[in-house]
Amino acid sequence: MSELTMDSLKAIMLRCSGVEEGVDLGGDIAGQEFRDLGYDSLAVLEMTSQIQREYQLEIPDEAIEELNSPGDVLRYVNDRLTPAA
Amino acid sequence: MSERRVVMTGMGVVAPGDPGREAFWDLVSSGRTATRTISLFDPAPFRSRIGAECVFDPERAGLSYQEIRRTDRAGQFALAATREAVADAGIDPGVSPHRIGVSVGNGVGNAISMEQEYRVVSDNGRAWLVDHRYATPHLYSYVMSSSLATEVAWASGAEGPATVISTGCCAGIDAVGYGFDLIQEGSADVVLAGAADAPIYPITVACFDTLRASSTSNDDPERACRPFDRRRNGLVLGEGSAVFVLEEYEHAVQRNARIYCEVIAYAARANGYHMTGLKEDGREMGEAIIAAMAQAKLNPDDLDYVNAHGSGTRQNDRHETAAYKRSLGEYAYRLPISSIKSMVGHSLGAIGSIEIGASALAIDRNVVPPTANYTEADPECDLDYVPLTAREQPVDTVLSVGSGFGGFQSAIVLASIRDTARGAHRRRVAA
Amino acid sequence: MSGDVTNRGRVRPVITGLGAIAPTGNDVAAHWASARNGKSALGVISRFDSSGYPVRVAGEVRDFIAADHVPSRLLRETDPMTHFALVATRQALNDAGVNLADYSDLDLAVITANSSGGVEFGQQELQKLYQEGPHAVGAYMSIAWFYAATTGQLSIRYGMRGPCGVIVSEQAGGLDALGQARRVLARGTRMVLAGGTDASLSPYGLVCQLANGLLADGDQPDRVYLPFDSGAHGYVPGEGGAMFTVEDLSMARARGVPRIHGELVGYAATVDPRPGSGSEPGLRRAIEVALRDAGVTPGQVDVVFADGAGVPARDRQEAAAINAVFGSRGVPVTVPKTMTGRLYAGGAPLDVVTALLAIRDGEIPPTVNIADPTYAAELDLVRDRPRPAPVRTVLVLARGFGGFNAAVVLTAVD
Repeated sequence: MSELTMDSLKAIMLRCSGVEEGVDLGGDIAGQEFRDLGYDSLAVLEMTSQIQREYQLEIPDEAIEELNSPGDVLRYVNDRLTPAA
Repeated sequence: MSERRVVMTGMGVVAPGDPGREAFWDLVSSGRTATRTISLFDPAPFRSRIGAECVFDPERAGLSYQEIRRTDRAGQFALAATREAVADAGIDPGVSPHRIGVSVGNGVGNAISMEQEYRVVSDNGRAWLVDHRYATPHLYSYVMSSSLATEVAWASGAEGPATVISTGCCAGIDAVGYGFDLIQEGSADVVLAGAADAPIYPITVACFDTLRASSTSNDDPERACRPFDRRRNGLVLGEGSAVFVLEEYEHAVQRNARIYCEVIAYAARANGYHMTGLKEDGREMGEAIIAAMAQAKLNPDDLDYVNAHGSGTRQNDRHETAAYKRSLGEYAYRLPISSIKSMVGHSLGAIGSIEIGASALAIDRNVVPPTANYTEADPECDLDYVPLTAREQPVDTVLSVGSGFGGFQSAIVLASIRDTARGAHRRRVAA
Repeated sequence: MSGDVTNRGRVRPVITGLGAIAPTGNDVAAHWASARNGKSALGVISRFDSSGYPVRVAGEVRDFIAADHVPSRLLRETDPMTHFALVATRQALNDAGVNLADYSDLDLAVITANSSGGVEFGQQELQKLYQEGPHAVGAYMSIAWFYAATTGQLSIRYGMRGPCGVIVSEQAGGLDALGQARRVLARGTRMVLAGGTDASLSPYGLVCQLANGLLADGDQPDRVYLPFDSGAHGYVPGEGGAMFTVEDLSMARARGVPRIHGELVGYAATVDPRPGSGSEPGLRRAIEVALRDAGVTPGQVDVVFADGAGVPARDRQEAAAINAVFGSRGVPVTVPKTMTGRLYAGGAPLDVVTALLAIRDGEIPPTVNIADPTYAAELDLVRDRPRPAPVRTVLVLARGFGGFNAAVVLTAVD
């Protein structure tokens, strides 16, 4: 599986949960908290469930609690997509 | 016109474990649990594989072949509970059917049948344009949860106001609240009020999996649901029904009916900010409790027992503990509070009524049921949760609360009609 | 025994704001323009390929692009039934001239009726479950499919935190929601958002309805739904509904409400006896109790908005009940649903909108497509053209599958 890019993450977020009025996903959002971007706990769960399906990895509960920003998600997913060998 | 009082004169329960009111009380007063590995379908592909299932055979429960064919599992529970309640109350044949109402709470409709029929008409999900030729003629009764109220009306002979109340996981309290209103305002003298749900099936289990709200203690199902315990890790789905005969007080007295308790107040509030989230400060549930206590004209120390929502999720139990402190003050620390969900799981729209059943029996028998599996205190939940063992004590006044998706919070207060010192005190305060 | 008189407090519930999403139009004005002129909105289902189904004609909401009205965050987590309610609510609040900031959030409540849940959303997620597995089920399934979704979302969107409710009694539910709104007002809530919507015109939704055996086949939109006609052979499903703001008269006046559409003066609900019992169906009793509750005599009622099942046996029951209370041709009767189909939980609220506009404009909207009225000797059915008449008091009836009957009485407020 190829790496999760910010563009593909944004596409997943838009597809799953749309975008809050007044929020611009076009800018640099890597370090912004999901909450401030208008994505609540359900939106984060919806996003992680999509990522689990598309990237075929399992994200445990404890990890989800630490995924507070798009940057966190990219780091978490791409660290685990790196071939183990 | 003086306020019409509302009392409970009959009770039927189909709860996880063996069916019937006494089997239910036996389970929850003993601290045993009915949470097991799911048997209603193969749970292997699911994250949480635990459920609290009813050991229920509709034929043995006395349902006719036609009733069994036309109803979902939830409707079957409701029918069995209704018949037990009606027999228990011995409703006098002199009551006009026009003065008997029906109010049934439910959360997810006839979910099992909707899913099973979907698999057939869609050929297991292959077709979007599903094939009507494979549909059962009862499918329309499944899609509308109102069929539950129809079944209860037919089983009880009611011809007064009838409806289903569907406020998610608060529906079991709200339906009893609706029946309370119908009698109090004079629209009915008797109401069959209660709730039923049967959600233990793949789609609902998958929903709670996705939300990561259900317990993953798959290796230890009997101890999976641990409300207020430090190691709690989620709810366990349950199923079942409880149905009550509510009756106008004078009407009940005139016919010499046995009275379990009086319904003295009911209140509902919404959180207004999130469909599934709850704030840590306990505000919204606190508001529902405060409203119900004000309506009952009670002080916190008039309460003998709180039957908690206590779903066993980290979020809920923290919110709820904070709510008790906000609404009941210092007395919250001295009040026995327990969650029977530790034993019978969370049956969504039904559980509020099942918990009202436990609360009424607590009054009837002067026993507080325990919170099973509670072994390790959580600094965030520091009240008296009645760990493991039931307590024999005078129980005259009980608060029962619920909280549900959609942002609903409800509270109901039940009281004994015994003329005890405690009851007399309460009535003095109210006067 | 206490009789039927209820001690429901001294509240005078008035409807001060109207909103509607209907086959006949996506706001109240458009709906009324069609309904008063007898312009039917029934057509062959276009939402999906319906050619394989025996029932082809329905009342679809048309030209409704949810994304134009509902923010995308909310759109993704809700079914069309909730989209309709969100938009109808915005209309009702605007119409009522309400500034929600003037209220404490606990003084506001939401009561909606629903019948099929978010069945289209549900079908999509069931498909994922069985095609891909449990992990494919989305997080929004748990809040979009269930019957409480609409009340919950409205409560959140508008910060309404009082005693909210959700009623399911099929077509009768919309009137039961108004009855519950009155109770909640009597207990001290200042304003209630009440009404109902349904959106069951998706493939699984339609197949669920087909099972009841009451839907009319045929693909000529003007020959399928014919209540009180010799050709009656079932009803046509529709979608949409209506929402209202309901408040106490004195409070509405105190805040300088722009207009009062009417007062809810009477309400009653009954359930029919078990089939085969031989007892009379509960509709007549619902009418009588609602009139008594309203303190209105049959002679004071200017028009009856009938349920109009379109199923011969049910039409006969309804004609008999109206006849028993009002006498032969004792009151004008109309079924504007013939232009929209039956909207389930949204049907009676839409009738209430139409009834209140009939009061405003002194005009009874017609029943359409009735060529051969079966009950011409008993029912004074207003057909094809609007009938000008002073309308002060209206009776709206609704009957739900499974035996539910509800009746409300609405009057003009001077």
